[in-house]
Amino acid sequence: MSCEFKISQEFEKKVDETITHYPVSKRSASLPLLHLWQEEFGYVSNQGVEWIAAKLDLQPINVFELVTFYPMFRDKLAGKIQFRVCRTLSCALAGGYELFDHLKKSCQIEGDGHHGPAVSADGKYSIEFVECLASCGTGPVLMINDDFHENVSNDKANELVKKYG
Amino acid sequence: MSCACKNPFNHDIATENTPMVNVQIDGEWVQVPKGMNIVAAAERFSKFIPHYCYHPKLSVVGNCRMCLIEMGTPKMDANRQPILAADGKPEIAWMPRPQIGCATQVSEGMGIRTESPLVQECRKGVMEFLLINHPLDCPICDQAGECKLQEYSFEHGQSNSRFIEEKVTKPKNVDIGERIVLDDERCIMCSRCIRFSKEFANDDVLGFTQRGSHTTLAVYPGKRLDNNYSLNTVDICPVGALTSKDFRFKMRVWFLKETKSICTGCATGCNVLVGSRENEVHRLTPRENEEVNSLWMCDQGRLGFHEIHEDNRLTTPLINGIKSDWSSALTQIAQQLHGFKPEQIAIIASARMTNEELFLLSGLRKALGGEAVLCDVIERLGQADGILRSADLNPNSNGAKLLGIANPGKLNEIRSGVSNGSIQALLIFNENANEAGLSIESLKKTALVINVGMRLNGAAHFNLPSSSFAEKRGTMINGKGRLQRLNRAIAAPDQARDDWEIIRDLKAAMGGGNGIHTVEEAFKAMAAVIPAFKDLTMSKVGDLGVELTLSSVQS
Ligand code: SF4
Ligand code: SF4
Ligand code: FES
Ligand code: FES
Repeated sequence: MSCEFKISQEFEKKVDETITHYPVSKRSASLPLLHLWQEEFGYVSNQGVEWIAAKLDLQPINVFELVTFYPMFRDKLAGKIQFRVCRTLSCALAGGYELFDHLKKSCQIEGDGHHGPAVSADGKYSIEFVECLASCGTGPVLMINDDFHENVSNDKANELVKKYG
Repeated sequence: MSCACKNPFNHDIATENTPMVNVQIDGEWVQVPKGMNIVAAAERFSKFIPHYCYHPKLSVVGNCRMCLIEMGTPKMDANRQPILAADGKPEIAWMPRPQIGCATQVSEGMGIRTESPLVQECRKGVMEFLLINHPLDCPICDQAGECKLQEYSFEHGQSNSRFIEEKVTKPKNVDIGERIVLDDERCIMCSRCIRFSKEFANDDVLGFTQRGSHTTLAVYPGKRLDNNYSLNTVDICPVGALTSKDFRFKMRVWFLKETKSICTGCATGCNVLVGSRENEVHRLTPRENEEVNSLWMCDQGRLGFHEIHEDNRLTTPLINGIKSDWSSALTQIAQQLHGFKPEQIAIIASARMTNEELFLLSGLRKALGGEAVLCDVIERLGQADGILRSADLNPNSNGAKLLGIANPGKLNEIRSGVSNGSIQALLIFNENANEAGLSIESLKKTALVINVGMRLNGAAHFNLPSSSFAEKRGTMINGKGRLQRLNRAIAAPDQARDDWEIIRDLKAAMGGGNGIHTVEEAFKAMAAVIPAFKDLTMSKVGDLGVELTLSSVQS
């Protein structure tokens, strides 16, 4: 899993520019940099943690704390198609857990997905629970990659899987 | 008061010229330095506010909520002047909610309640939450007996638990450093260890990962908590989450007798408690002395005591390798020494000896011929780390200089004298002849070699067993010129004796008794002739030592 990523000049330029947005404390650029890294490389590896720490004059542990805290940061690769199912109260009542199980089954994903994404063996799909996505009246709510889907019944889920697959 | 050791913070010490403010603590008006936090301020009046995350020498984070108190500020009138009550003191407007004492600074007219029903209720509540996921490890936990969770449970906890769910489980027995083991389930997430490593030891490797209900104290993958101050985290961890590999599962702390002494690992002379049971030392822990080491000590110094109990201790006097007794050995030595001219005799002493020993040794040297008898100590140089450790690894170089035992350059002369045969009688005190650069061969050529120490010298004709730092009393002068006291924690093994007694008896056997029967008398005799010790006694040195004016020996 731990491959070395090559850091392009372009990427580094973008990072350096982002840091200038935080003139008072470079440390504040930690989160934006983590987002940039994950967009670029798909997940935040230890290489990423160390590279960002060095950029911001921090120690790796300071950045690692953030990566392990925020659920949107991953420390391993997720699937090409990523499902995020809301599990907060309204969606839970509306059938979020059932939707989660249904998707897992239909896309053959093992693992529980309760703490970070569970990925299908072929690497195509991954699924994880997330907290409230702010559309509580239209649960269960599902995100596929960056798209938002409401009232996702099992049938609707099947259609969506077809559409994205 | 200034602290000799560079603490990141000193919340408990007010800088000079800090103005005082009037505050009311539990109904009584008192004066405290402005800006001091409430935990530290209350402590000045023996009001103990329980706390976990707050540490007087580290940054304040206010995350444990154990130090909740009630506070209020003076009621003001329309002109922003305090409204005074009948007793002439300001009337206090109490805040409806508790505040954390550690992160609240005292100000003029402030009211503080440390024992009110609300405060008691808060403590109970915080304790209940802390215990929800805490494992029932106390019977096998090294911290038991000095655990803040136990102590505060005793005072503020409830005897029954309302918690019926499953406890969160976390990593146990995690090897996070060469000398440290972590039990994450016991951790109460106070972050003291994180702040200590970052702020004091300049080694920012600890942090909280998986924050939330699985918050886990961890080292960054691939890094270790290995710095030379790592064991202090075990001391400041309020619970048994961080344990010392050296000490864990060895001894219940309540069996330990704690003797106030000093570390002899370097010229800093950190103040310590020697924890012993029966005749065994089990651990050293730092003892507060703001003039020396504050609350800390280095790992090397802390673990240095093991040499006391290593197997190869010399425990009986040996004559030519054969077990003998003190009186035969001393008589024979005296007889033989009489046969040498002063120029033929040399003394290699140690700057790890106490002042009393060195002083008596200078007397013995006089009896052997005075200045003509070459005499020196072995220097030990290391690297100062800018924190506590001194570059001088001898604890009493200043004493050795002051008492005329360290004579720079003379060790070389002794070495060449021994190898060319001009020195025929050599007395070695608490030093390894090899370290002094004397080969076994050259020692074997020497007519009389007397070794006084904890270890055997195979080439010596006489080996006399002496005491370790934990087995004797006496004083030393640290690198900054502070006179400090060693105390006896355990008895010397078998026939081993205190060095000062050995030296005194050697001199007596040479034909000159001196009427010194206790180490106090040795100190007194020394204070009578050495101006730096004028008017001092061992009891005046006290537990925290005294600063000497040492212009003559300070290098
Ligand atoms: S290991 Fe100890 S000192 Fe460190 S955060 Fe946990 S309880 Fe606090
Ligand atoms: S700094 Fe020196 S005196 Fe202090 S604990 Fe370490 S070795 Fe001992
Ligand atoms: S609970 Fe699911 S979107 Fe709010
Ligand atoms: S001691 Fe004040 S919040 Fe922890």
